[in-house]
Amino acid sequence: MEQFFGFALPGIPYGCAYAIVAVGLVLTFQATGVFNFAFGAQAYAAAFVFTYLTQIRGWSGFPAFVVSVVVMSPLIGLLCDRVLFRRIGNSNTTAKLVISLSLLVGIPSLLPVIFGAQNLDDTATIFPFFNPDVVYFTVLRTPVNGIYLSTITVTVVVLIALTALLRYTNLGLQMRGAVESRRLVQLDGVNSGGVVAVAWAISSFMAGLAGVLLAPTFGNFQSDTYATLMVAAIAAAAWGLLRSIPIATGVAVLIGVVSTSIAGYLPTDSIFYSAVLPSLPFFVLVAALLFLPGMRSLDLNRDPLATIDPPPPPTAAASRAPSMDRIIRRAWWIFFAAFVVSMLTWMPKTWEGVFNSGLALSTVLLSITLITGMAGQLSLCQATLAGVGAFTSAQLAHHLGLNMLVGGLVGAVLAAAVAVVLALLSLRLRGLGLALMTLAAALLFDNTFFNDASITGGASGLSLQAKWLGTSAFFSFNGHALFLLSLGVLAVCVLIVLQVRKGTVGRNLAAMRGSETAAAGLGINLTWQRIVVFALAGAIAGVGGVLVTIGSQVANSAQWNYSFSLIFIVLVVTTGVATVEGAIQAGIGFFVTSQLLTYLPARFGGSSLVIVLFAFGAVQYAKHPEGVLEFQKRQGNQRFERLFFPKEYYMLHPTELAPGTGA
Amino acid sequence: MPEPALLALRGVSKSFGGIHAVHDISFEVCAGESVGLVGPNGAGKTTLFNCVCGQLRNDAGEILFEGASLAGLPTFKRARLGIGRTYQKVEVFTDMSVRDHLLVAERSCRGEGRLWKDLLNMSSVTKSEADNVDATLELVGLSSLSDTSVNALGLGHCRLVELARALAAEPKILLADEPSSGLDVRETAEVAAMLRTVQRERGTAILLVEHDLSMVGEVVDRTVVMDLGSMLAQGTFDEVMANAEVRHAYLGQMGAA
Repeated sequence: MEQFFGFALPGIPYGCAYAIVAVGLVLTFQATGVFNFAFGAQAYAAAFVFTYLTQIRGWSGFPAFVVSVVVMSPLIGLLCDRVLFRRIGNSNTTAKLVISLSLLVGIPSLLPVIFGAQNLDDTATIFPFFNPDVVYFTVLRTPVNGIYLSTITVTVVVLIALTALLRYTNLGLQMRGAVESRRLVQLDGVNSGGVVAVAWAISSFMAGLAGVLLAPTFGNFQSDTYATLMVAAIAAAAWGLLRSIPIATGVAVLIGVVSTSIAGYLPTDSIFYSAVLPSLPFFVLVAALLFLPGMRSLDLNRDPLATIDPPPPPTAAASRAPSMDRIIRRAWWIFFAAFVVSMLTWMPKTWEGVFNSGLALSTVLLSITLITGMAGQLSLCQATLAGVGAFTSAQLAHHLGLNMLVGGLVGAVLAAAVAVVLALLSLRLRGLGLALMTLAAALLFDNTFFNDASITGGASGLSLQAKWLGTSAFFSFNGHALFLLSLGVLAVCVLIVLQVRKGTVGRNLAAMRGSETAAAGLGINLTWQRIVVFALAGAIAGVGGVLVTIGSQVANSAQWNYSFSLIFIVLVVTTGVATVEGAIQAGIGFFVTSQLLTYLPARFGGSSLVIVLFAFGAVQYAKHPEGVLEFQKRQGNQRFERLFFPKEYYMLHPTELAPGTGA
Repeated sequence: MPEPALLALRGVSKSFGGIHAVHDISFEVCAGESVGLVGPNGAGKTTLFNCVCGQLRNDAGEILFEGASLAGLPTFKRARLGIGRTYQKVEVFTDMSVRDHLLVAERSCRGEGRLWKDLLNMSSVTKSEADNVDATLELVGLSSLSDTSVNALGLGHCRLVELARALAAEPKILLADEPSSGLDVRETAEVAAMLRTVQRERGTAILLVEHDLSMVGEVVDRTVVMDLGSMLAQGTFDEVMANAEVRHAYLGQMGAA
């Protein structure tokens, strides 16, 4: 028994921190309808600033705690509400998820831009409440130190205060009303904006608190470490159906305790210790998604005033005047020819590499156009599927000597098979549920297959050899073989996506995206359509993964971890998820912007800044669900049409009056 | 041997927790017949529609279509058998043109949608499909809006698109759920006339849920009345309207008197 407590008690501080974030997730979801993926990033930001102030600036713990948790964290929450989430209070789940994902990706990248690259560690010496090195008392001979005491005390106080707020105050009642329909409670005279802002401030404070509480328990200080915090918290919140604070708290503490208990009994050199144990929160999350019927209807729009929202605008291509359309199509072909000729003739090697990388990434991103843009399914594991393709081809080449291009096809099939399994597992999930399931799958792959050195070659990855490709031409810029390969593969994938879009399956997917109820009622087999689109998107991602690997000459698990799946979504949403050119512009734009930023001084954040820029673009989803670039294209087209084709323009836009015709 | 009813409900029940939304409902709809299903709000009419279409699974009883049980069949297979449906809350496919709505229906009712056909460019719209779509658009009076996105249409037109989409699948029975909801008097009269035309010219059976009793009286051959999940009465429209229980359900004590 003493041994059990010795193993279990250290799990309580983890469990308490998970509980604080889980309750914060419940609070935000209940008050605003937003499932805030960015909580992990907010926790990291608070811990980063706290550690920065104490370690670099030499502040003592208490003022650093006040600045990072009491002041900064609620301010971040208020800022998020005021600038972003207030504008999308009535939007669909995808819009809310994309914006919170942008923050999850953008906030950790913004910190080095603001504070510069910092090497922060040894966080255990700066605990804000109790001294972590002092053993205050023992329970069954297990020492209870300052870390235990502070996390348990803070968690209990916060949970009691929050429960009292929600159950017994007028503000709590208004928060519960606001989640159903913010507009409806406004009609009752409630300042729903203020109510929601308070919810954001409180929940962000809790995220910051959890971050600072957990910082000493992590050996190193990386934003990725906070992903585990998020998944455990998400799993706990899911078991509480994003409603019940007591259940969420109980499950969170249980995850912490069970994790450390199992870890205590398992030999540290076993596969279970290194792979399965870190995956425990993902299994808990997947179990909630599979077995709790309430998780299937989380994001049903219950707002009685939802129908007053205007429909999303059409794409730029769909709303062009015929003459303009002809000009743009011709211009595209001229631009494309100029690009190909440039790449084959005068393009400097650095920029040829940039464009090759962009073309390869565009292929991966096309899978998002297919699954999210066309089918309306938010998948957060496309980078994982690309990794499956990449490692399959590299392993087949490594062990069997199979040409990587042939192995790439096998990799695509395997990636499609993984995607189909995911589709089957998540048949009843929609929106948020599906996003969580695919994110759990991505994190599970990161902790298991991608963490296994025999598959991925360890930290250095699997270096590619020219003989695996049949020729060394792909590693040399002189023959432009890689460019032609990347371009050819991308062209084939584009063709596939376009053919699907204009065909029967494309129409069925569009119907499914518009109304699953009506689509099934017409005779469309939704299950089969989902399997088809998951498989096809998985295969395209797998092929893209092989291309990226050939370009970088190494298959490395760091290229395909879960965060890239999130970054990929952010990239495509910024440029336009509904169009094929959106994926291409995102892929090439990402590498071109990254290259341009290398010309800036390092203090501007380097590679972090490109993610910040795209994340900023993606948060514009609130205003422009068609993508910022897509919006700008439409605006530009319309200005041009008004000037040069006014007759066609005013025929297409009959509600606008031509100059000189108004009263 | 008499021909079986097109749609037969035998003792159908559906509960949500402790609430009996539909309780022991039995009636039949014959081929080409038009039946009204009326009752106050909360009577269980839409729940019954959802049970027939397979969007909800009935707890008890049996639903037969052309003599065969529908038990265990998913929604899309029921639709392919010939059960068409419109919805109380308009369900259109955002971003899609009116014509594409009908094309989706035209093909999905036959279970088409093979990926390989799309990839080999073998899924272009055929002449017969285009003709069928044009005929249905003409029938509902949407020909001039065929290439318009539904995003640009008002509620009245969206209801017509929904109706046209259901008809494009050439159903044997159309379950119309409050088709006049949100429409003005003229539009309601047009929808009523259209339903009569569909029944007369295409031989489509119609099961109509509607609160506008004058429209029900115009369209249906027979009426079934529900209240609080149970069936109150059935017969011709005039018969059920004269029924004291029905009047009580609609108008309370004053109506019964």
